[in-house]
Formats: sequence, structure tokens, C-alpha cells
Amino acid sequence: MSSKSAFQTATGDSLPADISCRWPLFVLLSGAVFWLLAGSILTLIGTIKFHAPDFLAEPAWLTYGRVRPAGLNAMIYGFCLPSALGLTLWLLARLGRTTLAGAIPVVFGGLLWHLGVGAGVVGVLSGDATGFEHLEFPSYAVAMIAASYLVLGVAGVLTFRQRAERGLFVTQWFLLAAIFWFPWIYSTATILTSVYPVRGMAQAVVGWWFSANLILVWFGLVGLGIVFYLLPRLLDRELESHYLAMFVFWMLILFGTWTGIPKTAPVPAWIPMMSKVTTVLAGLALLGAALILHRTLGADYRLLSTDPSLMFAGFAVASFVIAGFMGIAEVLSGASSMLHLSWYATARSWLQLYGFFAMALFAGIYYVWPQLTGRPFPLPRLVRLHFWLAASGVMLAVIPLAVGGIVQDGNHANPEMAFVDVAKGTLTFLRISSIGDVLTLAGHFLLALNVLLAIGAFCWDRVRIALRTATIELQEQGVNS
Amino acid sequence: MNYGPLVFLAAFAALAASWFGFVLTPHLQIGHLQQTNTVPSGVSYPVARSGLAQQGLQVYRANGCAYCHSQQVAQTGTLFDLVLTNPGTNQASTVAAIQSINPRLSQPEVLEIIGKVPVHLLTMVSKSTAEAAAKTVNATGANAVPWIVPIGPDIQRGWGSRRTVAEDFLFDYPVLPGSQRIGPDLSNVGVRQPDPGWHLRHLYAPASVVPGSTMPPYPFLFEKKKVGRVPSPSALPLSGIATVEDGYEVIPKPEALALAEYLVSLQAYAPLFNAPLSVALGKPTSPTETNSISISGGDKAPSDISMP
Ligand code: HEC
Repeated sequence: MSSKSAFQTATGDSLPADISCRWPLFVLLSGAVFWLLAGSILTLIGTIKFHAPDFLAEPAWLTYGRVRPAGLNAMIYGFCLPSALGLTLWLLARLGRTTLAGAIPVVFGGLLWHLGVGAGVVGVLSGDATGFEHLEFPSYAVAMIAASYLVLGVAGVLTFRQRAERGLFVTQWFLLAAIFWFPWIYSTATILTSVYPVRGMAQAVVGWWFSANLILVWFGLVGLGIVFYLLPRLLDRELESHYLAMFVFWMLILFGTWTGIPKTAPVPAWIPMMSKVTTVLAGLALLGAALILHRTLGADYRLLSTDPSLMFAGFAVASFVIAGFMGIAEVLSGASSMLHLSWYATARSWLQLYGFFAMALFAGIYYVWPQLTGRPFPLPRLVRLHFWLAASGVMLAVIPLAVGGIVQDGNHANPEMAFVDVAKGTLTFLRISSIGDVLTLAGHFLLALNVLLAIGAFCWDRVRIALRTATIELQEQGVNS
Repeated sequence: MNYGPLVFLAAFAALAASWFGFVLTPHLQIGHLQQTNTVPSGVSYPVARSGLAQQGLQVYRANGCAYCHSQQVAQTGTLFDLVLTNPGTNQASTVAAIQSINPRLSQPEVLEIIGKVPVHLLTMVSKSTAEAAAKTVNATGANAVPWIVPIGPDIQRGWGSRRTVAEDFLFDYPVLPGSQRIGPDLSNVGVRQPDPGWHLRHLYAPASVVPGSTMPPYPFLFEKKKVGRVPSPSALPLSGIATVEDGYEVIPKPEALALAEYLVSLQAYAPLFNAPLSVALGKPTSPTETNSISISGGDKAPSDISMP
């Protein structure tokens, strides 16, 4: 059995799809890595305030209620979405045996996207956040991001339409649905919360609907789409099976799209009730994803260690499944349980956002990048190290927070316990989880280093080739004259 | 055969369904909510917040207070109190009836409390118990009515007397129900802390007002300046661990004043048709202490908007 590691295959020639995607993906991905760093630093500043509430209390723009959403939005809109879109474009070109349509507009679209994120992060830090979770960016930033999405989305659809390979692989279904679903949820949510806001709690319902559709459904579609592509490639075998993958697809869009309304939401009772039922039903998608990983590996999980991208991908699927079951436990917990308002909920959404989606994106980035440049990452050992930092960081962040949330919820239910003591009871867990945040941040530096060196090496190559051709031409001229 | 277009259409329909269900329908249902009346007094609810409080809501939004504070009181169920509103004329049989439903009361105690209507005869009992007891008492010509008491951990904690409902946010933009409880729920903080001055001191230095507080301070909402010829009347009275150097005083900026006004305006407890509650006289007790009698507050006239 040959393991087609990204590092082995990528030493040679790039395919036309790779060449056409080069600069668009350089822009999208390197900007994404920048926001990954910025986002995790901002989030860390927020966490330190639990160790020392007075830390950086003076500057308004570094107050907890600003750095926390700024960091999270940098993570989502700065890192997750542009990397996801970049990988989507590459996959559509690659799977369709064609080239990227509109590569130059995509380069500018990518630049505009990252500028929009910059405006958004600065906006949130300066107090312009909208107040709706996962939608905090002010309208000027949203306008830039939306315009950029138009370019990227259209490029995706056109690339798909011009495909030479007519047969469809499951990943294409996942990605295509995602390309359509994002503008739908994002425009709905932005319009109804910010442009023509609906009345009262209807705003919050739209916000919750958007959050669930972004983080469960959209991340699910793209993340699993990437993983379902990588598994068979890197293991050199068939995906087990395409039917199961389409089953996961349907469960996500049939049920996942109806989730996310917390049970204490001050809205008519049928809405959280419905959300509870669909959350449980969406559990079928989790079972499907777990089964696909298990069967494709033939139950031999050691195979994952043959390639760092596989390690990231395997971790991602495991997180997807666990985070999903944590969500089911949350909606099924007793009436007096407030887990969804505790650290448990933070742990669950971090596991979904980072443990699943960011890890799937890392898998994709580490696999795709060397194909774009035609050479392996300059520091291949750091890739494995990044995996171990990220994996232990996620676990160190998520497990204490989840346990802390359960403790917090138990204490909350005891009215004899003063609130300040309930809050203090979570501090130890929070502090352990910040160690996890530091580890993931360290991992981000490794990724950034590799990306930076890879771009440097790529450009240096170009320069060398250009110089050499120029010298040869000069010599030939010398001979001729 | 090419299933592509079929799959595409089906996926489109599935996604559209969620949009109709969770965006359009709630909007039609909640977006058309109107001011309602409190039950039973029929006062219009909610009334829009004052202009200053609305500005305060924007300060609350801009500084992300909602990342630590929820505004959604949960209710896990309802229990009932039995309240005597009129002892009737047949005192002897009323006393006997009351003793039969609450044997822990001695005759002199009963005689004492029936002089102070309205008074609680039973607290935190099930609906059927309350209704049966009401029947027994009312058979003597007295009048006792079951009162609704919402319960749940949030309510026992004193965060509200009923669950939060959509009406409570009718005029707010943006609505900030929050998703975390790193700090207490603030739905009714204006009832717990009605003094804007308390909020100002707390925002400037939380731990100086609530010992051991882990809430971050908000010094940037205040201005520290040299005391002029006369000390400013709006300077914060600081004490304990929050002090400034001699010759300086701390003046709240307009944002701080607006925020404090908003916090005081957070009072979501009016009894509504879809979130009914009757008066809660005195702090709600835990449901385990059923059948105990509460005479405290029996001398107060019932109003449907009193809070623990
Ligand atoms: C990092 C989390 C955090 C942030 C951000 C935060 N708080 Fe708090 N808040 C707390 C904690 C913890 C407590 C409980 C300790 C205390 O009363 O100081 C609290 C208590 C309060 C109380 C007293 C509640 C009561 O029941 O007496 C008020 C009022 C309050 N916060 C308002 C605000 C406002 C306004 C903001 C935004 C400007 C804010 N908080 C931001 C954590 C936070």
C-alpha cells in the first residue's frame, strides 16, 4: 500500500488546477493565517482577564466584551471562511479537472475579504459591534465581505460549470450546497438584524438560526467535504461509502438547519421545542460521519498517523461527532439545567469550531499548499508538531471548560450558593483551559512560519528562474554577436 | 440517469424550509407582537425605555456586557400559593377549615392572621392541592384564591419572579439576551439594584462594591480629574479598595450615566397572560418547604407587580 503523502506527491509538477489556484489561494490562505494569529491573540487577552480582571482594563478597545467577539470573529471570518472558500475553489477545480474560473478577480476578491475582516475587527474593538453573536461586524465591514463573497462564490459556480469531469464526487455536493447556503444565511441575517431589523426577539431568533447554520451546517458541509476528499486520496482507497456520505449531507441540511434556539429563549415555546427535536435528529449525521471514518480506515486507526493531514482530518471527524453529542446532551438535559448558558456551551462550540472545522482546514491547507507550490513545506517536521500542539490545546481547552460548565450548572441550581461563589467555582477550570489556548496559539505560529517560508521559497524560485533565463538569453546574444 | 438536478432541487427545498420555519414564521409571530396588558391589573406593557436608557443599551452593546450577562430568566414550572382574601362572616368554621388544610397552625395563630387579609395560607403547593384547599375554605363563606408562583433555579436565585418572554424586549434594538452567565442574569437587575449610583460605583470598580467580584472594571467610562474649587457634585463617592489620589475625583462620563440608567430600567417582571404570576409576598422559598405558612407581608396590599 502506498501512502500518497502530500510531501511525496507534491515534489513534482503541479496540475493546471493547481497553477490556476496558486495566487488566489496564496492570498486567501496567507491572509487567513494572519487572522488566525490575530484572532487567537485577541482571544487570549480576553481569557487572561479571568486570571486578573484588572489586566488591560484601561483601554476601552481591549475590554473583555470587545476583544472576545473581535477574536472570535477574526477566527470565523478571518481564518475559517477564507480558508474554507480557498480550499473549496481548489477542490472544485481539481475534482472537475479544470482550472479556476476568474483567478484574477478571485485574487482581488480575497484581498477585499481580508480588508473587510480588518475593518470588522477594528470596528468591534472600537465599539461598533452589532450585538448579535457571530454577526458582530459592523455594516461597513459586512459590505466588503459580501462584495468579496460575490466574486468568490461566482468563481466557484463557474469553475463547477466548466468542469471537464462530468461524474460528481460527494465532496462537490457538499461544497456546492455550501456555496449557495452561505450567501442565503448571511444576507438574511444581516438584513433582518441590521439593515431592516425585525422587531424585538425576532432579531435574536434570526441570529440564533444564523449561528447554527454557520457553525453546524456550513462548517459541517465544507469541513466534511474536505475530509471526505482527503481520506480516500491519502489512504489510496475508496470512500466507504458515497451513499453514507450523501446520507450525512441530507441529515445536515434537513435537520441541522433547524437547530440552535436555546431552550430558555424568550420566544414562543414551539421554536425551542422544534430546535430540540431537530438537534437530536441531526445526530444521525454524526453517526454517519463516524461510520465513514471507521469504515474507510477499515477500523485501523493507526493508518491516520501515516500523514499529518490524515491526523488533522481524523481529529476533525472525532471532534465533529463529540461536539454534536455534547449538543444533544445539552438539549436533552433536565428542565432545570442551564448548561446552554454555562461554560459547557462554550466548550461545545469551541470543539465544533476549532476541534472540527479549523482542524479540517489545517488538514486541507497542509495537503493543498505543497501542490500549489510544487514543493513540500520548508519545515515538514513542524507540521506534525503543529498537530500535537493543536490536538492537545483543543483537549486542554475543551475538557476543563465542559467539566467546569457542568460544575457551574450544578452550583447554579443550588440557591444557597452565592453567585460570586458559583463564578469562582469555575475559575480553576478556566485557568487550565487557558493553557490549551496558549498551546493552540503556539501551533498557529508554526503554521505561519511554514506558510511564510513557503511563499518566500516560491518567490525566490521564480526570481532564480527568471534570472537564469535572462542570463541564458544574454549569453546567447553574446554568442550571436 | 442524471439525478443531479433532482438532488439540487431537493436540497434547495430543504434549505428553504428552514428559512420559512425559523426566519419567516417567528418574524410573523413575534414581529407582530403588540404592547400587551398586564394580568390582572391591565397596565400597558412594555413601555419603551427612556431616551437615556436607550443610549445606555447602546453602551451595553458596544462594550459587550452580554458576553458575560444573560437576560433570560428560565422557569421550569409553576406552583401555587393559597391566599385568603376575605375571611367571611362565619369565623369559627373558617378557622376550622384553615386548620384542616394547614394543621400546623394553632387556633390563636389562625385568628391572628385572618385579621390581616390578604394572607398566605399555603405556599408552593401543587395546583390540585391549592384548588382543593380553596374549596374547603370557600365552603365556609370565606374567600381564598390560588396564586400562581413560577419556579426554577433562576427564580429561586432571585433573578426574576417569572420567566422572560418576548414582550420584555419588544422595543429594544438590538436585543441582547446573552448566551453566557459569567455574571448574573440582568433581566431584573433594576429591581435588585434600583440605585444608579450603586451601578456607577460598581462599574468603576466592581470588587469595591461586591467583594471578590470577578467582573472587569470599566474605568474608561469615567474621567479622573483634579478637584476644582468646589468638588463636583457628580463625583463618585469612593471607598474601600477603590480610591483615588488626594486632590482627584472620579466623574462618570455621559456613557456611564446612560448605562446606569439602562441597568436600572431592566425590570421584566410584570405578570402577563402568557407568563402568569400572582404576587410573591416575601422572597420565594424553595419548593421543598411546601405547606409552610408565610405570614410575612400579610399586611401589605397585594399588587401584581411586587418583587422579592
Ligand atoms: C468578564 C465578564 C463580565 C463582563 C464583561 C461584565 N460583567 Fe457584570 N458581572 C460579572 C460578574 C462575575 C458579576 C458578579 C460579581 C459582581 O456583582 O460584581 C457581575 C455583576 C454585575 C452586576 C450586578 C448584578 C447583581 O445581581 O447585583 C451588574 C449590574 C453588572 N455586572 C453589569 C455589567 C455591565 C453593565 C457590563 C458591561 C459594561 C458588565 N457587567 C460586564 C461579570 C462580567
